[in-house]
Amino acid sequence: MSSATRPIKPKKNIVRRWVIFIALALLYIWALSGVPIEGFKETAGQISKAIVSGIFSPDWDYVYLPEGEDLLRGLLDTLAIAILGTFISAFLCIPFAFWAANNMSKFKANAGIGKFFLSFVRTFPELVMALLFIKMVGPGSFAGVLALGLHSIGMLGKLFSEEVENIDFGPSEALKATGARPLQTLWFAVFPQVLPGFISYTLYRFEINLRSASVLGIIGAGGIGTPLIFAMQSRDWSRVGIILLGIIVMVTIVDIISGYLRKKIV
Amino acid sequence: MNQVNEQKIPKAPSKLKHYFTFILILLLLWGSAYQTDSTFSELIEGFPNMFSVLDQMIPPNWAYFDNIIEAMLDTIRMAVLGTTIGAIIAIPFAIFSASNMIKSTWVYYPVRFLLNLVRTIPELLLAAIFVAIFGLGPLPGIFALGIFSTGIIAKLTYEAIEGIDKGPLESMTAVGANKIQWIMFSVVPQVAAYYVSYVLYSFEINVRAAAILGLVGAGGIGEYYDRTLGFLEYDKVSTIIIFTLLVVLIIDYISTKLRENLL
Repeated sequence: MSSATRPIKPKKNIVRRWVIFIALALLYIWALSGVPIEGFKETAGQISKAIVSGIFSPDWDYVYLPEGEDLLRGLLDTLAIAILGTFISAFLCIPFAFWAANNMSKFKANAGIGKFFLSFVRTFPELVMALLFIKMVGPGSFAGVLALGLHSIGMLGKLFSEEVENIDFGPSEALKATGARPLQTLWFAVFPQVLPGFISYTLYRFEINLRSASVLGIIGAGGIGTPLIFAMQSRDWSRVGIILLGIIVMVTIVDIISGYLRKKIV
Repeated sequence: MNQVNEQKIPKAPSKLKHYFTFILILLLLWGSAYQTDSTFSELIEGFPNMFSVLDQMIPPNWAYFDNIIEAMLDTIRMAVLGTTIGAIIAIPFAIFSASNMIKSTWVYYPVRFLLNLVRTIPELLLAAIFVAIFGLGPLPGIFALGIFSTGIIAKLTYEAIEGIDKGPLESMTAVGANKIQWIMFSVVPQVAAYYVSYVLYSFEINVRAAAILGLVGAGGIGEYYDRTLGFLEYDKVSTIIIFTLLVVLIIDYISTKLRENLL
């Protein structure tokens, strides 16, 4: 009696579950079959011990060296790359944002092309862009700045265009009714509406760019990554430790400041 | 009379703050440009180089496709395995950092701090460290992706857990469920869809990350950038780039569709 009153489990769910299960199993069989797992190197344990002890006993002398090439200058370089790269992209992406916004052009296809272009830029890895810029302007921070500046257009343009799509057309109609020129409408009716969003997204992107800037040096595009990869290659783990610590502290401080500013703006 | 009229017009708000912000930004930019040696003249000098590189990139060397398919499949495999490792490790971290699961601030604040710490380290750095430990190959890449995605998935999931409905939790407590039953039947059904969606999201990120991990020797398609750029074979580079873009866009599309179905 009591078993009869129990509701029967829906069948469709079970079939669906099995299909998902089998698909996942196949995916993992495929994934695991391709990866050569030939056991760890014998030295793995030793090296990880050296890394851990290096990270816990950082090379404090490296923080400031009078002759240059120290941690503080490396971090400052990284910060400068991120600031300049973010600013360039925040400036360059504005026309793309208006291009990709649905409500700015009469033809939907036009905005679609803009959106596709932005997603194309977004998927282009910034490190590869940095590699190409190194071939163009030579190794150094400038290549990093250009790579970040170009790559961030993809994400900032998308976020900005969403902000533009959300604007209220009331103020611009009112200005048009008073006989304002298109540029004046843009300046007094559109910009005040989108500016807080633009600034907030730019700060957000700055946080991301700071993280990217700290690895650009690995391929020779300036910043703290270059001394880090040298220290790793020469197995100077206590120096690796202090650099990692420096990156973590810098990123955390910048995140806190930027988060505070973003909260204040929005 | 005149004075009254003048008083009616409100004073424009002080623009001093704007000027200060503007000057501060200009100073920041000038300092940054100085620090990084960025000048317009250098950019203009680089222009001819730029065009010659772009010129050599077109047309792409389509025949190179056959050489990199295996590496691209390796990249996807790395992303799948890395995401899986991250997804599994993220579960306990998410539970221990949600304030409605563990009441003690002594537990969830340290765990959250650890997660924040993990998320500040870029995945390429993790990969470089793991390459030093395990040697060249996809294994260090998988571990780096695993740790990196743990940070993302755990953070998003614990926020989802904190937002769940309290009703089922209380009723499970009322019928005397133990801790595991409590989580299985009142928390899991509420957050499972979110969790799967976050795992897919981090899979998208991991595919992009895996495509460049090879630059530090951690396997995948990234190794081929080094190889081809070193020999200045730009036509092959553009083949790799186009292939990567294609794979990333397809995976993004599938994953977005799946996520839309879930939520």
